[in-house]
Amino acid sequence: MKYVLMYTSRPDLAAGTDPEAAQAIYKRVYDWFGENAGVMADSGAELLGVETATTVRHSPDGAVVVDGPFSEAKEVIGGFSVIDVADMDAAIAVVKTWPMLDLPGVAVEIRPMVEDYSQFE
Amino acid sequence: MSTTDDLLARTLREEAGPLVAWLSRRFGDFDLAEEAVQSAVVEALSTWRRDGPPQRPGAWLQVGATRNAMDGMRRRDRQRALGTRVDVPAHDDGAHATDDRLALLFACCHPALAPEARLALTLRAVVGLTTPQIARAFLVHESTLAQRIVRAKRKIVSAHIALSVPSESELTERLADVLAVVYVMFNEGFVSSAGATQDRDLAADAVWLAGVIATALPDEAEAWGLAALLTIQHARSRARFADGDLVLLRDQDRTLWDAAAIAEGERLIERAASLRRAGPYQLQAAIAAVHATGPSWAETDWLQIALLYDELARFDSSPVVQLNRAVARAQVVGPAEALDQLDHLAERLEDYHLFHATRAQLLSDLGRDDEAATANRRALELTTNDAERRLLTTRLHRRRLDDGS
Repeated sequence: MKYVLMYTSRPDLAAGTDPEAAQAIYKRVYDWFGENAGVMADSGAELLGVETATTVRHSPDGAVVVDGPFSEAKEVIGGFSVIDVADMDAAIAVVKTWPMLDLPGVAVEIRPMVEDYSQFE
Repeated sequence: MSTTDDLLARTLREEAGPLVAWLSRRFGDFDLAEEAVQSAVVEALSTWRRDGPPQRPGAWLQVGATRNAMDGMRRRDRQRALGTRVDVPAHDDGAHATDDRLALLFACCHPALAPEARLALTLRAVVGLTTPQIARAFLVHESTLAQRIVRAKRKIVSAHIALSVPSESELTERLADVLAVVYVMFNEGFVSSAGATQDRDLAADAVWLAGVIATALPDEAEAWGLAALLTIQHARSRARFADGDLVLLRDQDRTLWDAAAIAEGERLIERAASLRRAGPYQLQAAIAAVHATGPSWAETDWLQIALLYDELARFDSSPVVQLNRAVARAQVVGPAEALDQLDHLAERLEDYHLFHATRAQLLSDLGRDDEAATANRRALELTTNDAERRLLTTRLHRRRLDDGS
C-alpha cells in the first residue's frame, strides 16, 4: 500500500527555533531518510520556501495566475515522500519517528494513494 | 428489557464481532463483511423475536451473514462487470474468535478514525447493535449516525487500517484509545438507562466487552482496572433509578446493590494490582469499591476516598476528578471548608453542571437555602440529560415546598 507523506510546518512558529538545535534536527532528518530508504518509493521532493509558490486558480473568465500558496492556512507544505508499507499502522510507525516532529507546529499528513483504478471505471 | 431481548443481546454480542473479522478475512473486504453481518443481525432480531431463537444461533448468523456477503460480492462484481465466481468460504471452527474480536476492536477504535465514529462503529461491528438501536441510545438522527459509520468504514478500507492487534511497543498507547471507547459506552448506557425504549443495555454490553479485553490481554493492568470499575458501577444500577428518576449515591437503597458483582469487581481490582502498574481506571475502580462496600453514605471511608482522588488527580486533571476530590474532602473536613475549596475551582468549572449541583448540596448542608436554589438553577440550565434535569428540578421544587409549608 502506497501512502504520500506531506511534511508541513508553521513558519510563524519555526522562526523562534534555536539555529543550533535546528541544525541537529536536520542532521537527524538526513539519517531518517537513510534508515527508511527501504520503504521509500523513488518519487518525493523537498520544496523551496513557500515564498516561491505560484498558484494557478480557476476563475469564470479563465485560469488566473497568483503569487503565493493555494491556501491561506498557517501550515505550509515543505516536501513530500511516497512510502510503500503494509498498512496504515506501518505508515504511522514510520511517520512517528520523523525528527522534525520535535519542532512546534510541525505536522505530517498521511494520504493513501489510489492504486486500484477499477473503482473509477 | 424482555428475556428474549436479553438473550438476543447476549447472542449477538458474542457472535457479531468474530463473524465480522472472519468474513473480512475471507472476502478481503471489511466494509462488505460488516454490512453483511449487520443485515444478518437485523434479520435475526425480527425472525428470532417472532419464532424464538434457533437452536444454534451462532451458526444461524454465520449462514445468514455469509449469504449476505456473497450477495454483496456478486452485486459488486456485476457493477464492475467482472463477473467472477465467488468461492464459498470454508467453515470456520471459531478457534480464533477472541483474537479476531480484539483485532476488530483495535481497528474500530483506531486513532486515525474520528472520535465520534469510533464508539458507533464499535457498537455495530463488535457488539452487534443495529444502527437504529445506536441512534436511539445517543439521541442522534439515524441518517447522521449511518453517515458517520459509513465514512469510518470507508477509511478503514481505503487507508488500509489493518484488523490486527498492535505490536508490543504500541499496545499500551493504542489500548488506551480502546478502553476510552468502552468507558464512554458504559457511561452512555448508565446515564440513559431510564429510557424505556432501550432494547439493548449498553452498560451491560460495556461490562462484557471490558471483561473480554482484559481476558485477552491479561498483562494489561488498566484493562483489568476498567473491567473492575464497570463491574462495580454496574452492580449499583438497580438502585440508580426510582420510577425513571435518578437517585444519588447518598440516597440509594444499598440492599438493591448486587453483592456478588461487587465481590467480583474487587477480585478484578486485585488481579489488576498484582501487575503493579497503577493507572486511572484502577484508581477509579478502587474508589468505586470503597463506596460499594461502605455500610452507608455517612459511614463510608471518606479519608481513603479522598486519598485515592489525590492519587487519581496525578493521572487525570479533569473537572470531574477535581470536583469529586472536593466532595470526598467535604466528608472529611466538613461542608464549610469543602465549599471554600470548591470555590477555588469556580473559574475552571463554571460551565460544568455538576459543579453547581455540588455547590448547591454543600450550601444546603450549611442552611444557605437561597444560594443553594440559585446554584441548582444554574446547574439545571447547564444539564443536557433528562434524568439529571428531573433530579435538579425536584430539588428546586422540594425547596419551594419546604419554604411554603
